[in-house]
Amino acid sequence: MSGRLEVMKTYKLYINGAFPRTESGRSFEITSNKGEFLANACLASRKDLRDAVVAARTAQPGWAKATAFNRGQIMYRIAEMLEGRSDQFAQEISLQTGTSAKESLQEVSDSVDLLVWYAGWSDKLPSLAGSTNPVSGPFYNFTVPEALGVVGAIATIDKPLLGFVAAVAPILVSGNTAVALASSTAPLSAISFAEVVATSDLPHGVLNILSGQQSELAPWFASHMDIDGLDISGLPIDQHGAIKEAGVENLKRISTFTELNEPGRILAFMEAKTVWHPIGN
Amino acid sequence: MNFEYAAAPESRSVVKIDPEYGHFINGKWVNGSAHFNTINPATEEVLSRIALGTAADVDAAVKAARNAFDKSWSKLSGRERGKYLFRIARIMQERAREFAVLETLDNGKPIRESRDVDVPLSAAHFFYHAGWADKLEYAGVETTTAPHGVVGQIIPWNFPLLMLAWKVAPALATGNTVVLKPAETTSLTALLFAQVCQQAGLPDGVVNIVTGDGSTGSAIVNHPGIDKIAFTGSTEVGKLIARAVAPTNKSLTLELGGKGANIVFGDAAIDETVEGIVNGIFFNQGHVCCAGSRLILQESIADEVLEKLKRRMDKIRVGDPLDKNTDLGAINSAEQLAKIRELTAAGEAEGAGRWSANCALPENGFWFAPTIFTGVTQAHRIAREEIFGPVLSVLTFRTPAEAIEKANNTPFGLSAGIWSEKGSNILWATQQLRAGVIWANTFNKFDPASPFGGYKESGWGREGGRHGLSAYLKGSAK
Repeated sequence: MSGRLEVMKTYKLYINGAFPRTESGRSFEITSNKGEFLANACLASRKDLRDAVVAARTAQPGWAKATAFNRGQIMYRIAEMLEGRSDQFAQEISLQTGTSAKESLQEVSDSVDLLVWYAGWSDKLPSLAGSTNPVSGPFYNFTVPEALGVVGAIATIDKPLLGFVAAVAPILVSGNTAVALASSTAPLSAISFAEVVATSDLPHGVLNILSGQQSELAPWFASHMDIDGLDISGLPIDQHGAIKEAGVENLKRISTFTELNEPGRILAFMEAKTVWHPIGN
Repeated sequence: MNFEYAAAPESRSVVKIDPEYGHFINGKWVNGSAHFNTINPATEEVLSRIALGTAADVDAAVKAARNAFDKSWSKLSGRERGKYLFRIARIMQERAREFAVLETLDNGKPIRESRDVDVPLSAAHFFYHAGWADKLEYAGVETTTAPHGVVGQIIPWNFPLLMLAWKVAPALATGNTVVLKPAETTSLTALLFAQVCQQAGLPDGVVNIVTGDGSTGSAIVNHPGIDKIAFTGSTEVGKLIARAVAPTNKSLTLELGGKGANIVFGDAAIDETVEGIVNGIFFNQGHVCCAGSRLILQESIADEVLEKLKRRMDKIRVGDPLDKNTDLGAINSAEQLAKIRELTAAGEAEGAGRWSANCALPENGFWFAPTIFTGVTQAHRIAREEIFGPVLSVLTFRTPAEAIEKANNTPFGLSAGIWSEKGSNILWATQQLRAGVIWANTFNKFDPASPFGGYKESGWGREGGRHGLSAYLKGSAK
């Protein structure tokens, strides 16, 4: 038998456009739904989270300053890259969750389509969510939605790819940067998604991806003073109260969502800015 | 030549103040179990005795609000709800003079401001929201038309009636019922508003007003029968409320503190700018969460601006709030005056240069002369903490990037001002500033159609405009 030994992938974190291992040197075993060994994923630490936030904060002004058209194109490019690797992602989903090849391929297609849907919002939502306001006086007054800043996302643990895409796409499209925690039980899809992002012209640091335990990292997401918003859709509901309480210190905007295609996912992490200027000569 | 102004006091005979007030619950006056004095901060004269709301009073108000929500208010069409709001707006206009005098007596603000700003804006706020009541399906991207139910609202003492209007008008327009607590030192116009609700024939229990202090507010925040809390006040108290609400299903909006930057670029029109600086910090004695309390001057024009500002400040007329000539009234309470004194003392101790306008202050009551601090650094407490008084901290900059960096160097993000004659520079600065309201070549303008609210630790949500409505609609995105 001239069998060839497969070259297995080392699954790492994705911070500031690079693929580092966790600074903690820790890992956790990822198995298939049948219990077979798949990979040793990085067990990210609080320090990894802090490094990711620094990268996200540094990248944020530049990403927000990119034109809406440009952000939309880059988001669409992510969809293109994912489409091209559909089979790989489908296989990885099946291995982790045991879903059929057909179902897994459907999850990849849904993820691609969701990325395309959010990509198109970049230069449209501000028109719908902003306003010119007819104030009682000689002033021009308008309201524009702006990106919030750095947003954390704790992805749902089921639907390892689709849940992750649904969390990060709406955060990024408006000009936020993100630090996202992959599913604790099936993180491989999110980590492989980093490879898609890395070839999509998304500036370094705009999306940072961690793998690790929700229970360990979620409280650090909540209390981090330089994270402005947090999507906790992936956290069990009995933990929401404590996480919201921990987020009060910097009045973090914390939200949960149920629908995949929801403009509210974008608006939850935007701020309305109102501007006044006198009219006259 | 020196022009003196003859006193032109507004008559207080237009208002009748009862010696004691109860709570307004379920359309009726309910006696309180304990009372505290409310005083005129300009004279320290006791105006009336206000009921101290207990947990039982709050509970009765919540039950009344729930009952009204279930039995009458949620069954009305939007059009009918709106008509009640139009009535309220009209009655407030009819009784505008009464409201203005009462507000000035209880709060200490100049009659010129209560008459020309607080009261007309309050009525306008009801008129604006009245028109929304039957148009909620058009209110935005992903808004629902479902009210929360019973809303608990806690408001501050700086704009007592206006903050009531900001809270009550959108809540009613969207079909919620209300339990409102006015601030401890300024309950009287809220109690007069209860009479307006009666005159408007508003169904019993739709608006309930429970007076009291922080313990009353806490009873509202923690009441399990309330679906949403709306609070305006300090960031410190806002965080306490947010922590209390976190483990519950209550919705929460917050309008909190600020340390607004007012940036003057070298090309600004200096005379207009000086007026804007004065309006930005001395309007309402500086008791304004969005006040332009940090003046950030480009070095090239700093000396000229400061010289003209001081000359202008010497002309600010401080004194009897009922005098129609008065520009700057009384500090709202002894407690607030002590806080202003403490922070200004820290400003001196930390090395900033203090200058106060040369004005005589009345002997009784609570007063503070218009004051500026120069040579302020970003580390000084007077550059970081909200003073909430007529005190301006002056910093300087050389490059536009430095101005933005200094302006944004605060956990707050409520307001900012920009003074420049160059359009592209204004729009650039507007984009860079992390604040919810930006006034360019103007300051401290408010309108019911204009969303108001802060970034960062200045709060959650907006009030006013289309954006303010969503806070009162269940599950609505902004």
